[in-house]
Amino acid sequence: MKASLRSLAALLGLAALLAGCERPPMETVQRGYRGNGMEQVANPRLVAMQIPKHQAPDPLPPASSEGPKASQIYQNVKVLGNLSAGEFVRTMTAITAWVSPEQGCVYCHNPANFADDSMYTKVVARRMLEMTQHVNADWKPHVGATGVTCFTCHRGQPVPAEIWSAQAPKGRPDAMLGGRFGQNEPSLKVGYSSLPVDPFSTYLLGGEQGSNEIRVASKTALPDRSNPMGTKDAEHTYGLMMHFSGALGVNCTYCHNTRAMGEWANNPPTRNTAWYGIRMLRDLNATYLDPLQPVYPAERLGEMGDAPKANCATCHQGAYKPLYGVSMLAEHPELAAPSGSSTKVASVAKVKTK
Amino acid sequence: MAEYQNIFTRVQVRGPLYPGAPHEVASDAREAGTSFFSRILGIFGDPQFGPTYLGFTGIASLLCGFIAFEIIGLNMFASVDWNPKEFLRQLFWLALEPPGPEWGLRFPPLNQGGWWLVAGFFLTTAILLWWVRMYRRAVALGMGTHVPWAFASAIWLYLVLGFIRPVLMGSWSEAVPFGIFPHLDWTAAFSLRYGNLFYNPFHMLSIVFLYGSALLFAMHGATILAVSRLGGEREIEQIVDRGTATERAALFWRWTMGFNATMESIHRWAWWFAVLTTLTGGIGILLTGTVVDNWYLWAVKHHVAPAYPPIWPEVVDPYTATSAAGVTSTNGMPLNVVPGVGK
Repeated sequence: MKASLRSLAALLGLAALLAGCERPPMETVQRGYRGNGMEQVANPRLVAMQIPKHQAPDPLPPASSEGPKASQIYQNVKVLGNLSAGEFVRTMTAITAWVSPEQGCVYCHNPANFADDSMYTKVVARRMLEMTQHVNADWKPHVGATGVTCFTCHRGQPVPAEIWSAQAPKGRPDAMLGGRFGQNEPSLKVGYSSLPVDPFSTYLLGGEQGSNEIRVASKTALPDRSNPMGTKDAEHTYGLMMHFSGALGVNCTYCHNTRAMGEWANNPPTRNTAWYGIRMLRDLNATYLDPLQPVYPAERLGEMGDAPKANCATCHQGAYKPLYGVSMLAEHPELAAPSGSSTKVASVAKVKTK
Repeated sequence: MAEYQNIFTRVQVRGPLYPGAPHEVASDAREAGTSFFSRILGIFGDPQFGPTYLGFTGIASLLCGFIAFEIIGLNMFASVDWNPKEFLRQLFWLALEPPGPEWGLRFPPLNQGGWWLVAGFFLTTAILLWWVRMYRRAVALGMGTHVPWAFASAIWLYLVLGFIRPVLMGSWSEAVPFGIFPHLDWTAAFSLRYGNLFYNPFHMLSIVFLYGSALLFAMHGATILAVSRLGGEREIEQIVDRGTATERAALFWRWTMGFNATMESIHRWAWWFAVLTTLTGGIGILLTGTVVDNWYLWAVKHHVAPAYPPIWPEVVDPYTATSAAGVTSTNGMPLNVVPGVGK
């Protein structure tokens, strides 16, 4: 009896120990030269669970491009004014389904006067339309011909599930002891490592402070004092890379030949795509998302009072390509490029005066 | 015969408590008087606990170690706002970090790395005092000083990581944080910064000796256990007077691999493998950043790293691509991807 109780306890202990693990088998795909360990490892059961999350919705039937322009029919149309009235309504209907399916048109529009700009959501939405056009037109090295739409980030929610804002320092940085140094806390953003938890402000914010050098390895075998990076810089970079890995649901070898992280030779082309993605995020955060700060009500701002911003997970949401690479842009050519340069200036001026 | 096939000692011999072999009278005076039998200890080794010996170095070492432990622990506890639940939940993540690179080798405010220096000082003092204590106890018993010298090899690696190399690099920020996950993540970050430590030949040697130590330990432990039914565990006597246990164990290895260590030499092998693990490891860390800045490039230069056929020859560094064209924007981004430029 005692012995069986003891073995039962041992079995339970073993089960508890393994409870944090994923059960085998995993799927492994070779992606580089043999013997390099250039492999993607995925849990097919977890991937299967995520498939519904990454499905593109059915497109709306196309509208006629004939007839008067939206700018002639409706008032205060600044971005999509050169669409036909039919196309304009179709786009608005699609945006409602993508962003605020439960709240409907009134999430952004004053029901008494749809042209009214008094709701902050409308000002933000207009700026996001411009951002979407900018991404599709100017960031092809990252988004390719696939492009993005509102749905890529929003997925039927008014606020995208994956956003970031600056983190208030944890611990007791101003006391005599107990500083956290911006790291050493369990955070999903850096894969539950002890690495610095806010790599986004450091590397993805754009501008002088938010475009820090990510590369830490030296270009020369022997020290020549040309590389100012230290081990702590490597921890920051590593934290950013943990975010990449989680946001795309891939391991390091998706982009890197890990025998030499800093080298570019024998790296998959995905490394270049990611490189442009980093520059794209710096541009979007600095030009579009962060300047919207004065437009938002307090409850939309982060704990440091800054505007919500984008990182890799905002679009990717755990998939190597958002929506597994399905393009919704073909059905919405109005989002593929800015409609005219004058409209952009108008909208920026609007945001800045607020 | 079943008692020879157990993980734990099944038969515990209990005589009267014994003080040990005759040794210097002076050291007797400082021995703590308490000795007792413990069944739990007997499962793993000798059931008798004590007599222990502390002396000045032992007490001073424990005191310094306690101070270091408290500084590290209280900093961790404070970093979760003195919340015991969070302290337990986040314990593996918590750390006491060394100063940032902006401080160089200066002494920063306590909460910006100063505590790390204080804790490091007391921990190092504790370890060195403990080494002195081990050395002096070995001499007092008329033993060789193999144990303290093996310990010194581990201390060498510890000092290189936390003191010698940071001083040579001119910055405390190059040292290791105190913390469970933080020191592991530091190790990975260190390797990333210095171009993959696996290409460091002294790291290679250290791994050889580490794995070799485990292999030798397994071979020796298994051999002695396997012949203990024939008296093989009386290793010291069998060094000078080989019995059937030694003969069989030796023949087993000659049969299986053509060669056998002797009852004495196996212990020299084990000692050197263990000592060389941290000795070579320390040399490898010492050279990193001081003499070699990128171990992968060093290995390419010296034909250590193999070359592989290019799979994606079209993939080039976007930075290099732009500098070849001679145009980069202020933030290093190629102008052809700066929005609104070069379209």
